[in-house]
Amino acid sequence: MSGAVALALTEMERDALTELVNLGVSKAAVSLRGLIGHEVSLSVPRIAIIPRRDAALMIGEHHATRLVAVSQVFDGDFSGRALLIFPETNSLELVRAVTGGALPLEDIVALEQEALAETGNIILNNCLSTIANTLQRTLRMSLPDVIRGDGGELFEFSGIADADDAVLVMYINFVVNARNITGYIAMLMDLPALRTLKELLNDLVDRATTAIPFISHVTD
Amino acid sequence: MTYKVLVVDDSKLARMSIARLLDALRPKWERIEAANATEAVERRNGEAVDIALLDFNMPGADGLALAAELHALQPSLPMAIISANTQDEIVARARALGATFLPKPLTQQDLAAFLDTVELRLAAAHE
Repeated sequence: MSGAVALALTEMERDALTELVNLGVSKAAVSLRGLIGHEVSLSVPRIAIIPRRDAALMIGEHHATRLVAVSQVFDGDFSGRALLIFPETNSLELVRAVTGGALPLEDIVALEQEALAETGNIILNNCLSTIANTLQRTLRMSLPDVIRGDGGELFEFSGIADADDAVLVMYINFVVNARNITGYIAMLMDLPALRTLKELLNDLVDRATTAIPFISHVTD
Repeated sequence: MTYKVLVVDDSKLARMSIARLLDALRPKWERIEAANATEAVERRNGEAVDIALLDFNMPGADGLALAAELHALQPSLPMAIISANTQDEIVARARALGATFLPKPLTQQDLAAFLDTVELRLAAAHE
């Protein structure tokens, strides 16, 4: 797409976006920790503007195994898709962790789809609402879908875009050491959304850096 | 009494945001900045600092590892760990290092309360 170069992020915009994703994912980690009762460790966020097919590889290359993802579409001033992704082999363990480990295996299997959707919904909503609030915008979020496949299949389904279209990919790796669970939180946005996002990021930078008046002794 | 604050965050925006709050609350204080733990230790070794404000999630050593290192170098250094990652384990590790945990985005009220406490502590230490 010809707009890709013009829409490259400036250093400050990239910095602001990384910090924004960090805020969102940190809140998501707090909610996941609340659900499973064990610490969730996070990596530093990665951000790239790349062709859609390469986005799939970013996640896919880390896991040769099949993946399961909870996906939610968001739209408003900007739109995109947020995904909670982990290897399919971790999915029962996650459900077991969320349900407190008291359920027999057959119940866990029966609950898997619903528990994944609910867990993903809580985590992704926490992440997206933090991002929306920080940007002072409202985002609408779809109901969660549970999808399975390799990295390519998870990022393929958005329909309109083809594999050459550039997308903004943001992802972060999380690990729950105590339960041997690892995964990703990823967000994908296409370029029209990026145009608006750039404006919102610049507003955020302005708000964060505009001088506030000197306060001698606030006594309220 | 004015003090020198070490601000460590990999995000320039976050450092600018902290600088803005510090300028409003303690306009006469000095500030030095670092983008990661290695740079922070180098800067502290180059010039004495009185207070440290540390981000948690950074490339390389995280804010808690940096706090441990700074504490070993300067046991009386008042420190705050600033993060949106308010998981109990992280808050507890910050406290175990004698650091204050401040939630991100950092508010003026939270920073003011931390600075007030630290000022009392530093003034008492000087007496």
